[in-house]
Amino acid sequence: MTDTRPPILETRGLTMRFGGVVAVDNVDFSLAEGELRCLIGPNGAGKTTFFRCLTHQYKPTSGHVMYRGDDITGLHTHQIARLGIGIKTQVPSLFDGLGVHENIWISARRHHKDREANKAADQILERLSLGHLAKKVVGQLAHGERQGVELAIVLTGDPELILLDEPTAGMTHEEVSRTTEMIREINRTASLIVVEHDMQFIKAIANKVTVFNQGAILVEDTMENVLRNQQVRDVYLGKREVA
Amino acid sequence: MKIALNLNSWNTRGLIFVGVLMLALLLGGPEVFDLFVLLKVILFISTAMLALSMAFIWGFGGILCFGQSAFFGLGAYAYAIGVINIGESTVPILLSVLVPAGFAILLGYFIFYGRLSDIYLAVVTLAVTLILYAFIRSTSGEEYVIGSARLMGFNGISSIPVFNWPGFPNSPLWPDDIFYVAMTLLILVYFGFRVLLRSRFGRVVVAIKENETRAEYLGYDVRFYKMITFSIGAGVAGLAGCLFVSFNNFINPDVFALGLAAQIIMWVLIGGVGTLVGPMLGSLALQMLYNWLGTQSFVSFLNTYLVFGAIILFFVLAVPQGLQPTARLLALRFLPFTRSPEEAEEADRARQGAGDD
Repeated sequence: MTDTRPPILETRGLTMRFGGVVAVDNVDFSLAEGELRCLIGPNGAGKTTFFRCLTHQYKPTSGHVMYRGDDITGLHTHQIARLGIGIKTQVPSLFDGLGVHENIWISARRHHKDREANKAADQILERLSLGHLAKKVVGQLAHGERQGVELAIVLTGDPELILLDEPTAGMTHEEVSRTTEMIREINRTASLIVVEHDMQFIKAIANKVTVFNQGAILVEDTMENVLRNQQVRDVYLGKREVA
Repeated sequence: MKIALNLNSWNTRGLIFVGVLMLALLLGGPEVFDLFVLLKVILFISTAMLALSMAFIWGFGGILCFGQSAFFGLGAYAYAIGVINIGESTVPILLSVLVPAGFAILLGYFIFYGRLSDIYLAVVTLAVTLILYAFIRSTSGEEYVIGSARLMGFNGISSIPVFNWPGFPNSPLWPDDIFYVAMTLLILVYFGFRVLLRSRFGRVVVAIKENETRAEYLGYDVRFYKMITFSIGAGVAGLAGCLFVSFNNFINPDVFALGLAAQIIMWVLIGGVGTLVGPMLGSLALQMLYNWLGTQSFVSFLNTYLVFGAIILFFVLAVPQGLQPTARLLALRFLPFTRSPEEAEEADRARQGAGDD
């Protein structure tokens, strides 16, 4: 299966070591413009570390991260964000002491003037059906609501590439199905990398899946093929002992 | 009925209340106070401004600096050296802001761009303060001269010219005038901080305090914002140092000593971290308490510092939020007219919720 669209994000030989532990091992990865890719793998497979290397939260031991053909390996997190890369973390990362509207305003103000920032914040709250939370302090919200607010913050910047780390963790079924719709909608205008554990959710959104194991890419294929792949089954369920 | 306290809200009534009080003090001060009290009030204004500088960088910028007294001292020395050399106070007043602000940019560059954690920031700023203290104390020799100003080591610089009318070096200000200048500057700094905190810069600074990583994910250069916040705080602390000199006509290295560095943190802690008026009141309350204790015979039997420390400890344990947040919570609860429209709405919701139970 080959994708003819130009790559928006690539990694070449990306490696991250913590002492003797190789968390990400020589990973060559490519995401095409407009693509939605899911990263899966058992706990400790290196997905989140790989994610953090992409955004310079971890400085890779070696290798390169390329965005639209430019090497962004040495850039700081804020510089990477300014290129149009939105980041949503595993545990919602928000300005807890501030109100929901203020959280989104801070995001919008990076891209707009004062008045337009207010308008942009109002629009995104309406789009994500979060208007009723606008005046609430973020620290007092339930986990699912916090996930929604973080997504709103990320989308406010109109990013071209969005990195979502477990976007449905802690959400109710209803919230998951709403998020599924939303991610499909977002994918019309932006490329996405989604790290997830929820297989139903992945089936609903993914065309192509990358399976991580022990810091390296094990398989990269369509969801159906990945589910049929024996190596993947072995990794998730354990290898059957042959007598 | 429990009402959430949102210290980040723009409380117009509160601002008007503070503004009227400050204006009343500005206009009525020299009429009400005799000369001795007026001089004391100028000292309190100076320390209130120092408390404001710390309240801004710590309470809103999240920068716990143990060296705010270093910037206070630098401002004081910059004014003293400047006015002795120039013979006129206008430029030295500007120097008292610019020298510490510039020094903070330099120090802040290494701290924030070097990604030092909060604890190292505290240690580095404390170390810088103590280095300055040791250095200034060791400048007694005749070789330590800047222009015509001798630093005089631990003896300090005395007979420092007071403020004069701009452009008229031979027309010094009287204590009444110095009071007007000091109080006006305090009002300007307070409302300046209020306006700054409602600006894009201020709102981002508060957001960075809340969650540095998220601010970076949104594309804000956290290092730059923190460095500028640190520098603004240093500039205001320097201006406070300048007012201190104008009250005293004298400066010595004690402004760099550990005692003042610790006191500034206590003023903010007692007044309320995350507020501006609280730390000003905290500085006033603690200094008055300390002065009062010094005159009490029962205290001398023990030790002034010991009793002072015990009272502070008790206060921090009993009123952990500090003076201003506690007073505001009480006012919100018992004086409904002090509530902003949002707070009134929230109080209604809380009352309805209690009724539902």
